[in-house]
Amino acid sequence: MTSRSVLRVIVGAYLVLFFAYLFGPLIIMGITAFNTAPYPTVMPFEDFTLKWFDILFRDKDMMLGLQNSLKIGALVVAISVPCGLAGAMVMQQVYARARSFYYLVVVSPVLTPGVIIGISTVIFWKDFTGATGTGFLYDGIILAALGQSSFISAYCMLIFLSRLQRFDRALEEAGLDLGASNAQVFRHILIPYLRPAVLSAAVMAFLSSFENYNTTTFAILADKTLTTVLAGRVRQGSTPAISALAVTIIGVTVAGTVVYELLKRREDARKLREMRTAQEAEERELAVA
Amino acid sequence: MQAALGHPFVIALPFVVGVLFWLVALRERRRGLITGQTFFQRNGTAVGLFLIAAVAFWAVFMIVLPQLFMVEMSFRPKLPPSAIGGPRDLYTLQNYHYFLFGSPTSSAEWNFIHIKAFFLTILASILVTIGNFLLCYPLAFYMAQVANGARLRFLLLLLITPYWVNEILRAFAFRVIFSSGGLINKLLLAAGLLHEPIDFLGMDVGMYAGLSYAYLLLMVFPLYNAIENLPKAQIEAARDLGAPWWHIHVFIVMPFAKPGIASGCTLVFMLTSGALAAPLVLGGPRSLWFTPIVYDRFYQAFNWPQGSAYAFILLLTCIAFVLAVMRFGKLSLGEITR
Repeated sequence: MTSRSVLRVIVGAYLVLFFAYLFGPLIIMGITAFNTAPYPTVMPFEDFTLKWFDILFRDKDMMLGLQNSLKIGALVVAISVPCGLAGAMVMQQVYARARSFYYLVVVSPVLTPGVIIGISTVIFWKDFTGATGTGFLYDGIILAALGQSSFISAYCMLIFLSRLQRFDRALEEAGLDLGASNAQVFRHILIPYLRPAVLSAAVMAFLSSFENYNTTTFAILADKTLTTVLAGRVRQGSTPAISALAVTIIGVTVAGTVVYELLKRREDARKLREMRTAQEAEERELAVA
Repeated sequence: MQAALGHPFVIALPFVVGVLFWLVALRERRRGLITGQTFFQRNGTAVGLFLIAAVAFWAVFMIVLPQLFMVEMSFRPKLPPSAIGGPRDLYTLQNYHYFLFGSPTSSAEWNFIHIKAFFLTILASILVTIGNFLLCYPLAFYMAQVANGARLRFLLLLLITPYWVNEILRAFAFRVIFSSGGLINKLLLAAGLLHEPIDFLGMDVGMYAGLSYAYLLLMVFPLYNAIENLPKAQIEAARDLGAPWWHIHVFIVMPFAKPGIASGCTLVFMLTSGALAAPLVLGGPRSLWFTPIVYDRFYQAFNWPQGSAYAFILLLTCIAFVLAVMRFGKLSLGEITR
């Protein structure tokens, strides 16, 4: 055997092991969701059942938590996408001497442990709403959304920054020269250019919010989200209903990914067709002239 | 010092800093050091106001003020609500004193449990970070330099998929494997290697395995992004000149990928040391991890000032780690958080 084929074998074995480590635990957990045994186990596999899914969907706390998680996710998208966009645009224009200081401030939540963000959010809003007489804002769902948004906005900002760096400002200037107002340029040139980034930022924000635990467990106060209910359940004891939840989440996200991929392909194909049609029309015009 | 003065001071601070920067900028513009459009000329009034309002809300009310309030609270004594603002509400170091020496009534010289948990957390986080790096580097290199086209897309998809499952469920999966009635014990018992199950969770094996699993992806992607930019020709040149394979990695790829390495290590260290899910789900009753202790200060002991002090200690550690990485790798913050 040559040294090259030895290397191939080693690389192959390493890849297999790595992905076995990555998926093994999840696959085993997935199997336990379909086993009739009352605690999550693969061996012995007693009988195939779907009853754990039934138990899961009848679980009132879980469903309430799910509703709250969806609300918080929507709020987080509504807060962090605009904040991230504004943060990225200001980053490009901010007074040069303040830039590194500004960057330090807005990027610091990415490097701060989630528990600390949750703690500090609760402490601040408790005092602030108490002192300003806006006690109705001291609410688990609002606080969880605010706490999560502080670092999710930073993720969004990083997404927008990388897209803005490729933006040609000549487009803006062209719009202004043709008599558009600043607001119109923002609305009709910049936002359409940023649309893909807005979409991916929104999806990312929702998913990060949905699965967040560290920040939420502090900021949620007496309310509950899907993850905090789940954490309580897991600590009480293991039941295959939890595995059933994992299988459901994996199923939904895989389906989502597939749909997204298909939509993207169709969109790409449509764009390609439009481009071809435009090109053909232009060629015809040239031929006539 | 009276603690009642703290809040107005703290709230004013970010605004004062903002105004100071604005005044300096204004002065430089008047002297002609800054030219070009002003902020509002460039963006228009409506968009400009939106930008300022959104950034101010985010930076001041969601980032800076909560952190400052937490730090301020860590220097306060624990008082019943009626005594807050009263004569006993003075700044104090007693919460930090408690971390080091325990309660004044205890006979032990140091607060061994908390100090030990703290250092164990830091040490374990560093080990997890190093372990993750060693585990992920070959994969990142393979994806960035060897794999191409369809295979690369497939690998990326495979990597991302497990991370749609949240942290708690990922920790739970490890519990299914490591618990005393779990898969590994069942297999070992069935193979006749054991006579009674081993308590892997009590030995913290499950916790460390879960912790190193939890943030694997955050190591792979920064490494991959950094190595991807390395021109293949450089590696070929080194190979042609007869460099052994490990020379290529240590002296060419790793120095080039330094920002990615630093970024991956910082993220993994921060997330691991602040992890709450894996220790809660996989830790035994005697497991020591710092974040659950912080959690208990708040929701078991109901001592918020003390919890703030503990959280601040954790935050300082993370800042120290980031600074050490920046100093050690001669990197800027922008390179780490790309």
